[in-house]
Amino acid sequence: MIVPIEHYLILSALLFAIGAGGVIISRNLIIIFMSIELMLNAANLSIIAFSLMHNLMDGHVLVFIVMTVAAAEAAVGLAIIIMVYRKRDTINADKFNLMKR
Amino acid sequence: MEDRILTLVTFFPLIGAVLLLFVPKERDDSVKSIALIIAFITFLFSLMMYSMFDPVANGMQFEVNIPWISTFGISYHLGIDGISLLLIMLTTILSVIIMISSWNSIKTGVKGYFISMLMLETGMLGVFVSLDLFLFYVFWEAMLIPMYFIIGVWGGPRKIYAAIKFVLFTMFGSLLMLVALLYLMFMYHSFAGEYSFSILDLYKMPIPLGAQTYIFLAFALTFAIKVPIWPFHTWLPDAHVEAPTAGSVILAGVLLKMGTYGFVRICLPMFPEATLQFVPLISILALIGIIYGALVAMVQRDIKSLVAYSSVSHLGFVMLGMMALNVQGLEGSVLQMINHGISTGALFLIVGMLYERRHTRMIADFGGLAKSMPVFSTFFMIASLSSIGLPLTNGFVGEFLILLGVYKANPVYAIIGATGVILAACYMLWMLQRVIFGKITKPENEKLKDLDLREKIILIPLVILIFWIGIYPKPFLERIEPAVKNIVSIVNSSRTASEAGMSKGYKCVGDRCDTHTFTTGGK
Amino acid sequence: MEYSLYLIPLFPLVGFLINGLFIGKLNKKFVSFIACGAVGLSFFYSAHLFFELLSLPAEARAIEEILFVWIPSGQFNVNIGFLLDPLSIIMVMVVTGVSFLIHIYSIGYMHDDPGFSRYFTYLNLFVFSMLILVLANNYLLMFVGWEGVGLCSYLLIGFWFEKKSASDAGKKAFIVNRIGDFGFLLGLFIIFWQVGSLDFATVFEKAPAMFAVGGTLITAATLLLFLGATGKSAQIPLFVWLPDAMEGPTPVSALIHAATMVTAGVYMIARSNVLYMMAPTTLAVVAIVGMATAFFAGTIALAQNDIKRVLAYSTVSQLGYMFVACGVAAFGAGIFHLMTHSFFKALLFLGSGSVIHAMAGQQDMRYMGGLKKHLPATYWTFMVGTLAIAGIPLFSGFFSKDEILWKAFSSQYGSTWLWVFGVAAAAMTAFYMFRLVYLTFYGEGRMDSHAKEHLHESPKVMTIPLMLLAVLSIVGGYVGIPHVLGGINYFENFLEPVLHAGQNLPVATHVLTSGSYSTGTELLLMASSVILVLLSIILAWYLYRKNTDLSGKLRTSMSGLHKLLLGKYFVDELYGAVIIRPIVNGSLFLWKIVDVFLIDGLINGLAVVIGDISTGLRTVQTGRLRTYATIFLAGVVVLLLFVLLR
Repeated sequence: MIVPIEHYLILSALLFAIGAGGVIISRNLIIIFMSIELMLNAANLSIIAFSLMHNLMDGHVLVFIVMTVAAAEAAVGLAIIIMVYRKRDTINADKFNLMKR
Repeated sequence: MEDRILTLVTFFPLIGAVLLLFVPKERDDSVKSIALIIAFITFLFSLMMYSMFDPVANGMQFEVNIPWISTFGISYHLGIDGISLLLIMLTTILSVIIMISSWNSIKTGVKGYFISMLMLETGMLGVFVSLDLFLFYVFWEAMLIPMYFIIGVWGGPRKIYAAIKFVLFTMFGSLLMLVALLYLMFMYHSFAGEYSFSILDLYKMPIPLGAQTYIFLAFALTFAIKVPIWPFHTWLPDAHVEAPTAGSVILAGVLLKMGTYGFVRICLPMFPEATLQFVPLISILALIGIIYGALVAMVQRDIKSLVAYSSVSHLGFVMLGMMALNVQGLEGSVLQMINHGISTGALFLIVGMLYERRHTRMIADFGGLAKSMPVFSTFFMIASLSSIGLPLTNGFVGEFLILLGVYKANPVYAIIGATGVILAACYMLWMLQRVIFGKITKPENEKLKDLDLREKIILIPLVILIFWIGIYPKPFLERIEPAVKNIVSIVNSSRTASEAGMSKGYKCVGDRCDTHTFTTGGK
Repeated sequence: MEYSLYLIPLFPLVGFLINGLFIGKLNKKFVSFIACGAVGLSFFYSAHLFFELLSLPAEARAIEEILFVWIPSGQFNVNIGFLLDPLSIIMVMVVTGVSFLIHIYSIGYMHDDPGFSRYFTYLNLFVFSMLILVLANNYLLMFVGWEGVGLCSYLLIGFWFEKKSASDAGKKAFIVNRIGDFGFLLGLFIIFWQVGSLDFATVFEKAPAMFAVGGTLITAATLLLFLGATGKSAQIPLFVWLPDAMEGPTPVSALIHAATMVTAGVYMIARSNVLYMMAPTTLAVVAIVGMATAFFAGTIALAQNDIKRVLAYSTVSQLGYMFVACGVAAFGAGIFHLMTHSFFKALLFLGSGSVIHAMAGQQDMRYMGGLKKHLPATYWTFMVGTLAIAGIPLFSGFFSKDEILWKAFSSQYGSTWLWVFGVAAAAMTAFYMFRLVYLTFYGEGRMDSHAKEHLHESPKVMTIPLMLLAVLSIVGGYVGIPHVLGGINYFENFLEPVLHAGQNLPVATHVLTSGSYSTGTELLLMASSVILVLLSIILAWYLYRKNTDLSGKLRTSMSGLHKLLLGKYFVDELYGAVIIRPIVNGSLFLWKIVDVFLIDGLINGLAVVIGDISTGLRTVQTGRLRTYATIFLAGVVVLLLFVLLR
C-alpha cells in the first residue's frame, strides 16, 4: 500500500508547527535547539515525500546534505550552548539580551 | 623566470604570512626574524626584477595573462612599466626597513602584527603589478584590512577613531570605483562584444565624453581621497598620529602613492578628455593642498602631525606636476612619489625613534637634542633637508622637474606652487630649531641615548637613496621616461583630437595603435 | 688638453667627507690639517689653472668639462659640468685664496671650541658649494651651489646652536634666502622654456635670438634672477638676514658673509650679463636697488655699537656698490670691487675677530678703546683695511670704488644722482669705519679691569693671515688702474672675453664709449670724492677723538634719528608685523577652524546624524530571542498567505 502524499505532508506540517511552537514558547536553549532540529526534519520529510512522488533522486541527495549540515550545526550549536552555560551559568534564552542595552 | 618574477615578488610575503601562522605566538623572536627574512628575500627578488627590467623598452614588461573568471573577462593579468617598477622597489625596501624598525617597538600581539605587515606588503605590491582592473580592485581593498588592524590594534590612544576614519574614507571612495568599474565592463562589452577588465584593453576603448566625465569623477574621487587631495585629507593626520611608526612609514611611503599611481595608471590614459577637462580643478586643489598643508604644518605642536601635514603639501606637488601633462611634470611627479616615500618615511622613522625614547612627540618637550644626540640630529637634518628639497638631495630633482613642467603648462600655477618651497623651509627649519637646537631645557633630554646600530641600519639606506637620487637620478628617470611619454602622447593625441572635434580619435598604447574613431559632435 | 676642473671642488669635498664621517674620532691637529690642506690644494691647483689659462689666447679662454648627465627628462637635459673662463677663475682664486687664509686663521680662533671638527667640516662643505657655484657651466648646477652655500651659511650662523639668537638667525638667513631662490627658480623656468637649455654657453648664444630686447619675458626673467641675488647678496628688500648672521663665529662672518657667499649675486649677474644687457628696465632696477641699499645700509652703520654689526652693514652697503656697477652695465667694475672688497672686508672681519678674541667675546665698542698698544699687529692690519674700504688713494678700495662711481656717472645707464648718492655713501663709509677705529683702538680703555688683564695679541696663526690679507688689500687694486691715471686695466681686459658678449649686443653699442666726457671731468669727480672722504674722516676724528662730548650731545639732540638708525629703520619689526604674524595666525585659523572645525566637523557631523538615526531604529531590536523567532514566524506566515491568496 502506498501512503498518499497528503499524509506525509500533514505529518511534516505538524512536526514543523511543533518545532516552531517550541522555538517561540520555550526559554530553554536546548529545547529551542531541539525544536529547530525538529523543523529541519519536518522539511526533510516533505522533501523526501515529494521525491518519492516524482520518483526522482534529487530529493534524496538534498536530504542527505541537510542531514549532514544539521549534524554539523548540532555539533557547533551544542558547543556554543555549553560555552554559554559555562560563562553565564544559565541557558535561559531571555537572559541573553546584551544587544538590548 | 620572466613571466614568474612578478607573481613571485607579489605573493612571497603572503607565503611568509601563512608560514608565520605555524609559529607559536610566544616565540616573538622567531616571528620577527622570519618576517624580516621574508621581507628581505622579497626585496632580493625585486632587485632581481629590477636588473631584468629593460630600461629603454616601451610598454609593459614581464606580462602574465591567465584567465581567472573568464565569464566576465577577469584575468590574472600582471605587468609593470618603469613607474610601477620604482614603486615596487620602494615598497620592498620600505618593508624591510619597517620590519627592523618594529623590532622593539611592538610588544603585544607580535605575531599578528607581522602577519598583517606581510599581508599588507602583498596587497600593495599587487596594486602596482595589476593590469586587470578587477584584480587591481581586489588588491586595493585587500590592502585596507591589514592597515585597519595595524592602526586599530597597535596604534596610539585614539586608534579606534583613526582606524575607522581611515577605513570609512577609503571605503567610500572605493565603492564609487567599483560602480565605475562595472560600468566600464558593460561598456566594453557593447564596444568589443566581450567582457574584459584588462587595463590595456580599456585604454583602447573610445568613451563618449559625457560618460567619461562621470567615470573619471568616480575614479578620481577614490584616488583623491587616498592621495589625499585637499579637502579630503583630514583622515591623514589622524591616521598618522595614531598609527605605530611602521604603519605611518608604510602609510606615507606607499599607501598614499596608491592614489597618485591610480591617477597615472587609470585616470590619465583611460579618460584623457575628461582629464583635460578637470586639469584646472585638480591643479587648483593641488595648489591649495600645497599651501594649506604647509601652513597648517607650520603651527602643529606634534612632530608627527607636522610631518603628516607636510605630506599633504608634498602630495599636492605630485598632483600638480601630474596635471601639467607634459614629460617633465609627469616625470617629476612620479619621481616625487618615490622621493616622498623615502624622505617622509625617514622622518616618520626618526620621530618614532624619538618617541621610543621619550614617549612624547610634542615639539615643546624637546630642544637641544643636537647636544645629547648628535648622530640622531644629523640624520634628522638630512631627512628634513631632503623634504625641503635642497639641491643634491632627492627632493630637489622631483620638485624642480614638477615646477618646470607646470611652468610650461601654466606659469601662474608654477609661481603659486613655488611658494610652497619657501613655506616648506619655514615649517621644517622652525621645527628643527625647536627640537634639536637651543639649550636643553628638560632634564629628561640630557641623557638620551644616541642612535644604536639597529637604528643606523634603518636610516642609512634611506640616506643613501636621498643622495643617490639627488646626485645621479638618471637611472630612475630613464626608467620612468618611456612610460611617461606613453601617457603624455595618449593625452596629447586626445587633446589634438578633441580640438579637431573628435573624441578619442585614436589612441596609442606602447607601440600598438588603434584607429577607432568616435565622433561626439552634437552629443 | 685635460684640465680636470672637477679637482678644484673635489678637494674640499674629500676634506668634508673625511672630517664629517669621522667626526669626534680625529684629533684637532689632523682635522685642521685635512681641512686647510684641502682648501690649500684647491687654491694651488686653481692658481696653476690660472696660469694655464693665461697662456691661452684670449678668445680660447673658456674650458668646459662635463662630468655626467645629471637630470635628463624629455628635451630637458642638465649636466654636472664645469666651466673655467676668466670670470670663474677669478672667483675661484678669490674663494679658495681667502678661504685658505681664513681656514688657517680659524685654527687659532676656534681652538678651544668643543665643536672644532664640526666647524671645519661645515667650512669645507661651504668651500665645496661655493666652488660648485662659481664653476658651474649651467644655471641649475649654479643653483646647487647657490642653495648649498645657503645651507652652510645656515649651519655656520647657527653654529653655536645652544644660543637661541644664533639658531634664530640661521633659520632667518635660510628662509630669506629661500624667498630669493624662489625668484631664481622661476627665472630659470622662463629661460629654459624660451631658450631650451640652461647651459651658459647655449643660453648666451641663443638668448639674443629668442628674447625680444627689452621685452616682458627677458625683463621678468632677469628681475626674478635679481630677486635671487637680493636674497643671497643681502640687498633691499631681503637684506635683513645678514646683520643677524653675525651670530656665527667671526671667521665665518669674514668668509661667508663678507668675502665670498654674499658676492654670489654679483657673480651671477655678471655671468648673465648677456641677459641683463637685453633688459634695460632690469638694469635700472638693479642700479637703483643697489644704490638705495648702499646708502641706507651706510646710514644704519653710523649708529651701531656692535663692532661686527657695523661691519655687517658696511658689507651690505659695499654689496650695493657692486650692484650699482652691474646696474650701469659695468660688470667688470663690479667684479673688481667684489675682489678687492673680499680682501679688505675679510681682513676687517678677521681683525675684529682678533679684537673680540682679545676681549673674551665682548663685541660692544662702548666697552672697548685703547686697544692699539695691546694688539699692534691687529691694529696695523685693521688700519690698512679701513683705509682700503674708505677709498683712500693707493689702497685697493680706491681703485675699485672709483671705477664704480665713474661708471655710475658716465655710463649710458648711469646718472648724476647715482654718483651723488654713491659719493655720499662713500663718505659715510669713511665716517663709520673711522668711528669704529677710534672707538676700538684709541682713547682710554673702557673695559673692566678683569677684561683689561685678559688683553693679549692673537697668536701667529691668526695674525699671519691678517698680514697677508693686508698686503692683498693694498696691492689688489693695482691690477686695475684706470686709464685716466695712466694705468692699464689688466683686470677688465682679462674679463673682456666673458663680458664683451653682452656689450656687443645692438642695444648696448655705446656703453663702453664713455668718451663723451673729458678726462678732466673724470679727474675732477675722482678728486671731489676723495676730498669728501677725507673730510668725513676728519669729522669722525673730531667727534670721536678730539671732542668726544659732542658726539654724545649730538646723539641726544637728534635722538629720534638716532633711534631710527639704531633700530635699523625697524624693518625687522615691520616684516614681523606685516608678514610673519599674519601668516602664523592665518595658519592657526586654517588648522583649528577650517581643518578641525569645518571639514572634520562636517564629516563627524554626518557620522553623528547617521548614528542618531540608527539609535532610533535599534529600539526595534528587543534583544530577546523568542521575540525575534515569533516575528520571524509571523513574517513567514504572512508571506505564505500572501502567496497563496494572491
